[in-house]
Amino acid sequence: MESRNTQLAVGLFVIIGILALLFLGLRAANTSAVTTGETYRLYAKFDNIGGLKERSPVKVGGVVVGRVTKITLSGEYYEPLVEMTISATYDKFSDTSSVSILTSGLLGEQYIGLNPGFVDETVEMLQDGDQIYDTKSALVLEDLIGQFLFSQGND
Amino acid sequence: MLDKIAGLGRVILDSIAGAGAALLMLLRALIGKPNIRKAWPLLMQQMYAVGVLSLIIIVVSGLFIGMVLGLQGYNILVDFGAEQSLGPMVALSLLRELGPVVTALLFAGRAGSSLTAEIGLMKATEQLSSLEMMGVDPLRRVIAPRFWAGFYSMPILALVFSAVGIFGGYLVGVRWLGVDDGAFWSVMQASVDWGQDIVNGIIKSLVFAFVVTWIALHKGYSCTPTSVGISRATTSTVVTASLAVLGLDFVLTALMFG
Repeated sequence: MESRNTQLAVGLFVIIGILALLFLGLRAANTSAVTTGETYRLYAKFDNIGGLKERSPVKVGGVVVGRVTKITLSGEYYEPLVEMTISATYDKFSDTSSVSILTSGLLGEQYIGLNPGFVDETVEMLQDGDQIYDTKSALVLEDLIGQFLFSQGND
Repeated sequence: MLDKIAGLGRVILDSIAGAGAALLMLLRALIGKPNIRKAWPLLMQQMYAVGVLSLIIIVVSGLFIGMVLGLQGYNILVDFGAEQSLGPMVALSLLRELGPVVTALLFAGRAGSSLTAEIGLMKATEQLSSLEMMGVDPLRRVIAPRFWAGFYSMPILALVFSAVGIFGGYLVGVRWLGVDDGAFWSVMQASVDWGQDIVNGIIKSLVFAFVVTWIALHKGYSCTPTSVGISRATTSTVVTASLAVLGLDFVLTALMFG
């Protein structure tokens, strides 16, 4: 009978371990379902992506709709090209939409803010693989200071 | 002078021979066709002794370490108005470092020392020789189940430690000091990554489990079979295993997050 109690205790021990793993996986780790369902991809070219990283969120009005999946340099002039994977739930963005690289808080992570554009008869909706042309680059502090000093010098 | 050089040489030769003996012991214990029907009850018994009985100390220390992290982290972060980053701070430090390392250190003290003492006493009372005389390989019968029990138990213990620690941080941070409940979890979820943090933590604890159990078993198996020898071997298990864990942790951290 002692052997059965031992087995029971070990079984419970393993179950506690699995519960701990589930707790860590589901409660503590990033399991945001935004990019696990149906998705489509959009591209955007920036002059400077600042501190944007792969897996940075893409937000519309603060709501996460997708994530940055790839950052490469493209074209003759080596401009940063950002691939965004957007949840297919939000598939009605017009091609007048614009994207900008924003910072959450004063020192926070950088993310992409997507501003949906206006819609009328002449405007088409963005499809999988389309590129957004209206982009605004990240604010780089050194550039800002440089511009400020330059404008001071001109006075 | 020559005596000193000879002494140094003897120390080096001894340590190389010890490492070789430890490796041979492990290989002979683990390689070979396992007999599931016989090995299963032995493994269960050892999992109970090594894993289940270590659970209490792991849960209690995990809770307290999590609460201390919550308290210390809050006091520093609140100066920057960043107390909502308490969640990721507690979770990342537990998952990446404190969970595997402190579990391994506690495991070396709680389970490793008892493994060494048990096997050392078996050797001193010639139970190991008796097994051999009966035609039972003591490596397969005594060493192998203890090794696997330690190897399987420690990652589970480390996971429990991290989970309980995060809960402790939650208790202090949210329940006591008033960090926002939603922000605590959501900022944590935004910065803890499954592969980068949780899986790497599990890999760390697997490596530590291997090393600590191996050291404990070898120290017991190779000890001088006297009461002084057993006590030396037990002390040496805790010291060597703790040093090995801390050293390996630096190497693993450099490889994983460097």
